[in-house]
Amino acid sequence: MRGGLGRDVRAALVRDRLAVACATMLALLVLAAVAGPWLLEFDEDQVDWAHMATPPFEATGHWLGTDRLGRDLLVRTLHGLRVSLAIAFAATLVALVIGVAFGAFAGYRRGRTDALMMRFVDTLYALPQVFFVIILTVVFGRGPLTLLVAIGAFGWLTMARIVRGQALALREREFVEAAIAGGAGTLRIVTRHVIPNLLGPVIVYATLTLPQAILVESFLSFLGIGIQEPLASLGNLIADGAGELETAPWMLAVPAACLLLVVFCCNFLGDSLRDALDPRDQ
Amino acid sequence: MSALLEIGALTVDFRGSRPVRAVDGVSLGLGPRERLAIVGESGSGKSQLLLACTGLLAANGRAAGSVRFEGRELLGDARALQAVRGRGIGFVFQDASGSLTPHRRIGDQLAEVATLATGCSSGAGQEAAVEMLGRVRLADPGAIASLYPHQLSGGMRQRAAIALALIARPRILFADEPTTALDVTVQADVLALIAQLCAHLGMALLLVTHDLGVVAGLADRVAVMYAGRVVEEGGVADVLARPRHPYAAGLLAAVPRLDVRRELSSIPGSPPAPGDWPSGCRFGPRCPRRVARCEAQEPMLHAADVSRVACHFPLAAGEKP
Repeated sequence: MRGGLGRDVRAALVRDRLAVACATMLALLVLAAVAGPWLLEFDEDQVDWAHMATPPFEATGHWLGTDRLGRDLLVRTLHGLRVSLAIAFAATLVALVIGVAFGAFAGYRRGRTDALMMRFVDTLYALPQVFFVIILTVVFGRGPLTLLVAIGAFGWLTMARIVRGQALALREREFVEAAIAGGAGTLRIVTRHVIPNLLGPVIVYATLTLPQAILVESFLSFLGIGIQEPLASLGNLIADGAGELETAPWMLAVPAACLLLVVFCCNFLGDSLRDALDPRDQ
Repeated sequence: MSALLEIGALTVDFRGSRPVRAVDGVSLGLGPRERLAIVGESGSGKSQLLLACTGLLAANGRAAGSVRFEGRELLGDARALQAVRGRGIGFVFQDASGSLTPHRRIGDQLAEVATLATGCSSGAGQEAAVEMLGRVRLADPGAIASLYPHQLSGGMRQRAAIALALIARPRILFADEPTTALDVTVQADVLALIAQLCAHLGMALLLVTHDLGVVAGLADRVAVMYAGRVVEEGGVADVLARPRHPYAAGLLAAVPRLDVRRELSSIPGSPPAPGDWPSGCRFGPRCPRRVARCEAQEPMLHAADVSRVACHFPLAAGEKP
């Protein structure tokens, strides 16, 4: 693997114009989320008494308008995007690392090890996530970290199942036999022969996990057990905006458009990545 | 001759709703630089024999008996087995395309085995990979090392797979029908290559095939397997010229020859399913020389002249079954 595959994937992605556009857009959004709030003149929770609930594009200094408390919507959306992306990326990373390692190992070892490991996954599956989150908030309090643990703890389960199924099938392929016959140990076979061959479905599923994590975050924030005001997240901004749909529709439109853009770019980039990762397509 | 590989009373069983015995008490020896071919029909257990020796049986398979490599018992000893894989025994599988990992460059795959076996740096591993690709007579090995398996033709992939089996410089090469997946024109090439590499690298060869033509050109000794057992074993010249077991004779009579004009014959009936063997001699029901004793008592492998044969009434030299 080393630099070789990475180089090929980059080359294939660059040829794909839509992928380049999506990657650029995602990079801009991430950059805006990270740096934007510092560059703009308003704070996240700064109330502008003179301009409450003003629509976008009016010469008030608030480019995308304000909410009903006079807080700058652009700043709040960028803050929300920052929180949502951070939680989603971290949760996806957790799902990737734990899910892939867990699933690949279970599938490769098959038999009793596999049965035991997958029953553990089944047990976690059976736990209602909302109930789990409520217990977590009772123990650790409400906050981004609790939310991350809550989403991460469940996000890897489906990944583990998908990877395990793939690994079970890959395990019976002759190249695994050949690798064993060549003297490779379990760890090496799993990392070098099994995991590289299931990167395709893993990446596709990871791109689904990312927007899903954002949605779970917004759902929990909507229920009031997620990110708390005055801290913004895409979730509680959308929930907020939905309540003002008739009086101030831009309060919903701005964060919703932002969410849409992130999800759209993730999906397209994932699709292109899948193609780029399959050397047979080149 | 001190044996490099010694297989003693090896039995392979598969658990399941219908337990199956694929190999039943096979004993064989392989000396340094010796080339032994195992011949038999599908289901005779010849492939499972190779897999059992390297601990590659399917999850429900169990091997009993003994497999010694340079005197060290391999069965049931995972560490001994691990030490022998690659460096002791190289394995070329039937389907070469399948034995190369699709998502990794060929050079990287070879280099991995080289670094595992010798502990050299990955750079040295890459050099060894390119050198071995050249040895299996792939043109422009440097370029091929940077290709993915699907970018090669079937014959080239089989050569790459042979390079993969050889890169750790094993003492023995196991080849399980290495040419069945290939074009006839490429088959002869690959076989000649295997023979040549065995000679150059000082390797012993354990070749599984159902092609007697391959045996004649490639092996020193041949073991004929039928229904999980070895029925005849001896030097290639002896067995091919003067088969003693009616089954071996039948197999030979079924091979077309250019120098002799004759009707091609076939062995009547079909081989029994693995584990579902008749009592007495397992070849009995298909044997033209069968008598009452064949059904009552199973013949054991015993010395007959220069070869060993498992038959109560072995053919005399030159006799037709």
